[in-house]
Amino acid sequence: MMTHTYLDHAATTTLRPVARVAMAEAYASANANASGQHGPARTAKNALELAREQAAELLGSSRPLDIVFTSGGTEADNLAVAGVALASQRRSIVVSAVEHDAVLRSAESMQRFGYTVTKIGVDMSCVVDPGEVASFVGPDTAVVSVMAANNEIGSIEPIKAIVEAVKSVDDSIPVHTDAAQAFVSEVTTVGSTSADLISLTAHKFGGPKGVGLLVVNPSVRLDPVMHGGGQEAGRRSGTYNVPGIVGMVAAMKEAVAQRDVFRMKVGRERDAFEESLSAWLPTAVVSGSSKQRMVQHSHVRFPGVLAETLLIRLDQEGIAAAAGSACQSGAVEPSHVLTAMGMSDTAAGECVRFSFGWDTPTGQGQAAAARVANMMRELT
Amino acid sequence: MRALVAMSGGVDSSVAAALMLDQGYEVIGVTLKQWEGPDGTMPVAGCCTLSDAEDARRVAAQLDIPYYVLDYVEEFTAAVVEPFAQGYLDGLTPNPCIECNRNVRFDALLDRTTDLGCDVLVTGHHARIAEIDGTFRLQRAVDGTKDQSYVLHMLDQKALSMVKLPVGEMTKIMVREYAATMGLRTAAKPDSQDICFVTSGDYRDFLRNTHPEVAAPGAVLDTDGAVVGQHGGTAGFTIGQRKGLGVAVGEPRYVLDIAPRDRTITIGRYEDLLVDDCVVTDMRFTDLPPSEGDRVQVKLRYRSEPVEATITRAGETWHFLFEDRQPRPAPGQALVMYEGEFVLGGGTIVDARKRVGVSG
Repeated sequence: MMTHTYLDHAATTTLRPVARVAMAEAYASANANASGQHGPARTAKNALELAREQAAELLGSSRPLDIVFTSGGTEADNLAVAGVALASQRRSIVVSAVEHDAVLRSAESMQRFGYTVTKIGVDMSCVVDPGEVASFVGPDTAVVSVMAANNEIGSIEPIKAIVEAVKSVDDSIPVHTDAAQAFVSEVTTVGSTSADLISLTAHKFGGPKGVGLLVVNPSVRLDPVMHGGGQEAGRRSGTYNVPGIVGMVAAMKEAVAQRDVFRMKVGRERDAFEESLSAWLPTAVVSGSSKQRMVQHSHVRFPGVLAETLLIRLDQEGIAAAAGSACQSGAVEPSHVLTAMGMSDTAAGECVRFSFGWDTPTGQGQAAAARVANMMRELT
Repeated sequence: MRALVAMSGGVDSSVAAALMLDQGYEVIGVTLKQWEGPDGTMPVAGCCTLSDAEDARRVAAQLDIPYYVLDYVEEFTAAVVEPFAQGYLDGLTPNPCIECNRNVRFDALLDRTTDLGCDVLVTGHHARIAEIDGTFRLQRAVDGTKDQSYVLHMLDQKALSMVKLPVGEMTKIMVREYAATMGLRTAAKPDSQDICFVTSGDYRDFLRNTHPEVAAPGAVLDTDGAVVGQHGGTAGFTIGQRKGLGVAVGEPRYVLDIAPRDRTITIGRYEDLLVDDCVVTDMRFTDLPPSEGDRVQVKLRYRSEPVEATITRAGETWHFLFEDRQPRPAPGQALVMYEGEFVLGGGTIVDARKRVGVSG
């Protein structure tokens, strides 16, 4: 098989060796069911609670029990939106229009139980206006959810200002932020976001797939969405995935420790990619604002070329990139994010996301830009 | 050379992909997502379902070729599904597979072939393309029982020069044997018979769901215009239909005419069904059009033997005078012209008439 130049780190990134090692060790030494009443179970439970303490510390929380481990970002988002709404007497859910489907679909699923869903628009750079969010919340708002950074464009949302704006209307409204995409490059703590609920998923920052967490402020009431044995203090049932959780926290530690290096190194590759691409292919248009954007994302529109076609050509040339969101069958669907940014369907169908990661080699950005530009010349 | 193979998840297109590899092509497999459920997912019933796409994907993986799903929902809905429903509402008997070939597969997808870096477009249709003295000719399949040349009559020289139909050279039994030898998971998969977007297998259910007005009841008339029964919507009928008329008169009766505006259908005896000629528009030709006065063989429906007819023309409207009277073909179906083994072209039947005093 061809070795691809992997520019799809936002979809999932390379497993960090520290996570792989930590998981292998946990599978060997902490593989018992952590809920049991025996020595091996206690060993597993200790590993689990140590991981919880470390995760809390890395997220700036002084209460480890605020961390609820989940099967990933999607479950964390469902718990934050549906779980909080279900526990509330209020019947309105407010989300941004550019949330991940895990938040949008979860909110929409509550409509059948009588909840209303309000979607807040974004500007042309995919940024939410805190004042606008505040204008849509009120005494019936059960939960607000705005992502820390957008997974397609890479735009960074003013989450702290959004929380402040919401709380200035009614400080009892819980605010959730999906930080799945942001965590690897943006400082993400309880303090930095002021959010009551924060979702993370391990595989976006170099941990294993199928593990994530939700930070829950104890002031927030929440009904479980996974029912069963009552693990996670009744907030999320299911046998503890101790090795996965240990692997996630190992990756988290490294991601936080290396965040500055990531921002510098990955940012340099991304910038080189965009500068070279613009020089060689002046028709290419980079989406989002240059200031409020994460360092690892490059979302580019190639006018006149269908993204679906371009992705296949790129794949043939050994470059892995992404467009829109892949549906169950694998067809490329138009993106609700681009529509919300005011792009026409045609323009939205011409956009490709290139995303860089912690192990992107030096020089790859510029080299990839040259290959993309060459291919585009062939196509147009 | 690089080949784009349209893989439906059936055995024919699976084998087509394998054969192109055998011929030394670099092969890319694609499945067209042509329609979808209400939440944008691929359908689970009918054909072209998620499980068909998975079959195609697994075969592609086995052949070690890249595989993609291409989104053609918009094109397919506009060019195939909507005209299909409208056709029935207008009293026609549409042929959605031909509309799909005409507007999606061998139009939109053919345009994409070059963009995707490929030289030829390959499908699993049973028909042959022969290059004879610099002209590409569309020929019946080796396996006469599986011949699909009828639904490919719209391919012109440009299309024929870019399309390859490798399984048309094989009988269906050979295709299945080849697939079995290769260990392809689709080797024993049954052929699909249904219209892909009609999940229940009955197009009437589909119409009732999408266009409830098709269930408007009306009168069944005899050839004198007398009411002999009631029906549950004109869209449930096809010209020439014998069964399910809900009228018992002792001897077989056939649908002679459908008048959606009056909500009536007219039935009569087999002799009343016979016509002398038919009128065809929207003609397409594989090469140069035949001339006025030429005698050709024409197929009036997918599964019927060709009959002799003579051509007359009035501008873009073509008349085919049958040598022997024929049961009235259903407007909306395709008339396809043959010269022996070869397809000359075809178009959409708009009318069929009886000429008093004329015998072919």
